[in-house]
Amino acid sequence: MLAYTIRRLLQSLIVMLVVALVAFSLFRFVGDPISSMVGQETTLAEREAMRDALGLNQPFPVQFFSYMGRVLQGDFGISYRLQQPVMELILSRLPATLELALISGFFAFVIGVSFGVYTALNRRGWLANAIMTTSLIGVSLPTFLIGVLLIWVFAVEFQVLPSFGRGDTVDIGWWRTGLLTPSGRVSLILPAITLGLYQLTLIMRLVRAEMLEVLRTDYIKFARARGLSNRAVHFGHALKNTLVPVITITGLQFGSIIAFSIITETVFQWPGVGALFINSVRFVDVPVMAAYLMLIALVFVVINLIVDLLYYAVDPRLRVESGGAKH
Amino acid sequence: MSDNAARDPASQDPIAVPAPPSAWRRAWDSDIAYSFRTSPMALISGVVATIIILAAVLAPWIAPYNPFDPGSLNLMDGFTPPMEPNAFTGNVYWLGTDNQGRDIFSTILYGARISLFVGFAAVIFAMVLGITLGLIAGYRGGWVDSLLMRVADVQLTFPSILLALLIFGIARGFIPPAYRETMAIWVLIVAIGLSDWVQYARVVRGATMVEKGKEYVQAARVIGRHPASILMRHILPNVMGPVLVIATIGLALAIIAEATLSFLGVGVPPTQPSLGTLIRIGQGFLFSGEWWILAFPSIALLALALSVNLLGDWLRDALNPRLR
Amino acid sequence: MRKFLITASVLALAAGALPASAEAETLRWARVGDALTLDPHSQNEGPTHTLNHHIYETLVGRAVDGSLTPRLATEWGITEDDDTVWEFKIREGVTFHDGQELTAEDVVFSLDRARTPPSGMAALHAAVEEVTAVDDYTVHVKLSGPAPLYVQNLTNTFIMSKEWAEENDTTTAPNFAAGEESYSVRNTNGTGPYRLVSRDPEVRTVLEAFEGHWDEAPAVTEIIYTPIAEAATRVAALLSGEVDIVQDVPVQDIARLEGTDGISVVRGPENRNIFFSYDMTSETLASANVDDNPFAKPEVREAMALAVDRDAIRQVVMRGESDPSAAPLPPFVNGWTEEMHAYDAPDIERAIELMNEAGYEDGFSVDLHCPNDRYLNDEAICQALVGMLGRINMNVNLVSQSRSLHFPLIENWETDFYLLGWGVPTFDSQYVFDFLVHTREGSYGAFNGTRYSNEELDGKIEQLATMTDLEARDALIAEIWEEVMEDRIFLNIHNQVLAYAMRDGINLEVHPENQPRMTTVTFD
Repeated sequence: MLAYTIRRLLQSLIVMLVVALVAFSLFRFVGDPISSMVGQETTLAEREAMRDALGLNQPFPVQFFSYMGRVLQGDFGISYRLQQPVMELILSRLPATLELALISGFFAFVIGVSFGVYTALNRRGWLANAIMTTSLIGVSLPTFLIGVLLIWVFAVEFQVLPSFGRGDTVDIGWWRTGLLTPSGRVSLILPAITLGLYQLTLIMRLVRAEMLEVLRTDYIKFARARGLSNRAVHFGHALKNTLVPVITITGLQFGSIIAFSIITETVFQWPGVGALFINSVRFVDVPVMAAYLMLIALVFVVINLIVDLLYYAVDPRLRVESGGAKH
Repeated sequence: MSDNAARDPASQDPIAVPAPPSAWRRAWDSDIAYSFRTSPMALISGVVATIIILAAVLAPWIAPYNPFDPGSLNLMDGFTPPMEPNAFTGNVYWLGTDNQGRDIFSTILYGARISLFVGFAAVIFAMVLGITLGLIAGYRGGWVDSLLMRVADVQLTFPSILLALLIFGIARGFIPPAYRETMAIWVLIVAIGLSDWVQYARVVRGATMVEKGKEYVQAARVIGRHPASILMRHILPNVMGPVLVIATIGLALAIIAEATLSFLGVGVPPTQPSLGTLIRIGQGFLFSGEWWILAFPSIALLALALSVNLLGDWLRDALNPRLR
Repeated sequence: MRKFLITASVLALAAGALPASAEAETLRWARVGDALTLDPHSQNEGPTHTLNHHIYETLVGRAVDGSLTPRLATEWGITEDDDTVWEFKIREGVTFHDGQELTAEDVVFSLDRARTPPSGMAALHAAVEEVTAVDDYTVHVKLSGPAPLYVQNLTNTFIMSKEWAEENDTTTAPNFAAGEESYSVRNTNGTGPYRLVSRDPEVRTVLEAFEGHWDEAPAVTEIIYTPIAEAATRVAALLSGEVDIVQDVPVQDIARLEGTDGISVVRGPENRNIFFSYDMTSETLASANVDDNPFAKPEVREAMALAVDRDAIRQVVMRGESDPSAAPLPPFVNGWTEEMHAYDAPDIERAIELMNEAGYEDGFSVDLHCPNDRYLNDEAICQALVGMLGRINMNVNLVSQSRSLHFPLIENWETDFYLLGWGVPTFDSQYVFDFLVHTREGSYGAFNGTRYSNEELDGKIEQLATMTDLEARDALIAEIWEEVMEDRIFLNIHNQVLAYAMRDGINLEVHPENQPRMTTVTFD
């Protein structure tokens, strides 16, 4: 287990490096930061001087290694756009995204697994079929449209929920939370629905499919034959066995929740890292883009690590496999 | 129905079918048609999907106008409400026109064509890539597995928007100007496909790791079957369940991912809009009163994605012999 | 699950109980983007200036009619004995937010800071040689030559406290390359009518009225400024009563908002014109399918002008919210004339004839580059143009992309055909000529994407800068315009019209540079 963990950690480090490299090589394609940074009166010579000062004229490897050198010392630079230290910016925006992602991910998981189990056990029931069909509407429209429609209905027509922002926030140390104020909590509802709808559908369908598979196995038949109650069979045996792929997907989905929050945050003017990132792309704010990608990479790598380790813990057969793979 | 009649004598005649039919063949022959006939949901969504796909494919022949020919558009026809004459030109359009004077009905047909093309191509691309890499990773294990899964990690890290930007940027450098107009679609396909393959790979890899420990696979290995043959004949059918779940949503997802990218400013040119681009344009008119510019393309997209999803749902159950 | 639903409905009730409108003195103000920084000199950018104008003040202000008004300077003029020196009389009794008094020293310091790189304002003060304090309330600005219009460059150059800047080590504008945040990015000490209370960039900035301000107290005592990037969300926030004023209203929503109870809309011309331009100089075009340069032929340029239906663009694309014009400059800019403004009705037949005369019976194809996030309905304007040019056999491929990809194409001469919008902050034609008409060299022609190069015209343009006889200067401007219009360097479409939407009972006029001052807000 320890050796496996260490090996995975080392691999994760390499992943981070590759992400940094790819991220960095991306930036020459998203546009020219200088033209966003200066007014229209700035002469071409001044632009060139600025490019030099920022090191944008250096060869790519030089730029990359000097950037990595600074990053390793914890210096992510200054945002070209907002002129503040990048890490500070990201850390100030991160709580908003994490709260949104966790809340929507949590509800997506809980509701998704419950609905999934229900629809699997009542495969031919009308309610199960109704749930299956309606849940698909959430994945059959683009996120931005769902968000805009929710705003239209709940903010403009009924005026019961806010259309943008996080409401009032409370600072706990550096963590700015919206969960402690009523306006913060209501502000969370529409974005969380928008963000979680797709995950919910996916989790639900996956749980249902896996449950149906597992319920057909001999293992379950034996369990029934042993006279175990339906409840014990369904939840003690069947659900437990469906959880391996469900954990994989859910874990991976959490990462894509964060990535997808770009859209939700844009639509709802949610002050998270996703909105920060997309604004940075538009402005070609290279330091913020690079740091955001590194951060996302870190989140993914950690999630992958956890998923793999859980896999390892949940399915004993894998232990034999990974042991065998060493030679 | 006539298919069934034709097949029935064959399946009852042991001489006509010397070898026992394969699992795929059995499922196809007997139950699919029956299951389809008896599932109202499958029937309805099958019909809806077929109509939309046919209409999209036949768009140049059935659409009353060609919205992709800018020279044929009259800007003054813009914002014509459905079934009402335009205030300036007096022209009437079934579903009205958009902000450029394009007939919404024709634009939906042409747009669905693009959306479907992007969707199918991206899913096929992602599926082939994901399954292949997932099987290899799961079966070979060791460093191959580690390498591929770490590549997957790196790839997952990049939101599709960024991937699309990257591919757009590279393409800009390589593709001659004359082809750039047609390039956008291929860039989208690659971008969406690349951002989606990991899901297939992870699931296939996980299942393969479990399956390959089972006796039948080990037995096949012992008797000297080629790994590729083992993978294709034994492991692949066993992982098709989860893969189909992903592919089902994947098609709708790809169509919708295209829409999302267009929302973020990366996508097909606005002069040749997909359904997603139409919706992106239409959502700007949500509060201004021109509801039809948003409503009809959205309904078309919803109908398409929903019916494809439902069809996939049914297909998954029907294809899985263990669920019957 | 049950519990969750109950909680949700309770929260919904709570939201319904939120006050529909805040107190009259607080103004909740939304626009598309935030100020990039609070540093007064770092960025020469509209939204940044707009917010900073509430905290800092300039020597001279720009009224909504485009005229100059006294602000921190009470009088200004060129000194009698030296026509290269401008004299400014500084307002007495002005205090900074921290209580210090404003003196000429602060003005000298601020102008020096503004004209020293990496300040974003440096280009506007490039001709300045020296700034000196003559006494406590008089400042002289010495220029490299006669500069009759220099004062026009000062409307966005803010005055800050020298002592405060020195104390906080921010004596130059923030330097990105140095990799450190400057104190002035998030902290302010101006003389303006509002004091900074809190700032969360891109989330919310709160300002409160500064009691020690020299001018009369504004009706708005607190400003809550929230950027909302998405057009639909921005409009929704106004419709749902979550904000009081929306500055960047999508043109298609104007009519609807006007018809909504409790919301009113004001309009006014913006100092910005939208035009198409093309490479009319190169031998061949990179994106065209013909082996010569069609744009080099006067017939083709004339045909394009005849193919464009500006009224249709105004009517449909802009929903009536634009001022169609053939003149490539906004109407309040010195040099504008009725004749330049007038445009012919489209004449497709004649246009096709001209195309045939130029030898393009079968037309030709070319790429059109267009930004999709910079100007009002920019992409839709380009789309409409593609259709109109299609009728004269021009097969135009539209490439629309973000501004950060679009503008470098013009700067680097990588586009054959493009859309550009141009504001004239100095309100004088020379600014247009300097950047768009003069051959690209040195500080000239940075946005001359046409590669147009006319030596004789260049000479005239350079002459403008130092002419003190304003009548002769105006005559020369007219002469230059005549040639520019003759050569059809620009295919101008319209001048943008701005619209602000607000809750009924709030009065605010449209500012031509889209820099509304909340000090001018009155309540019914």
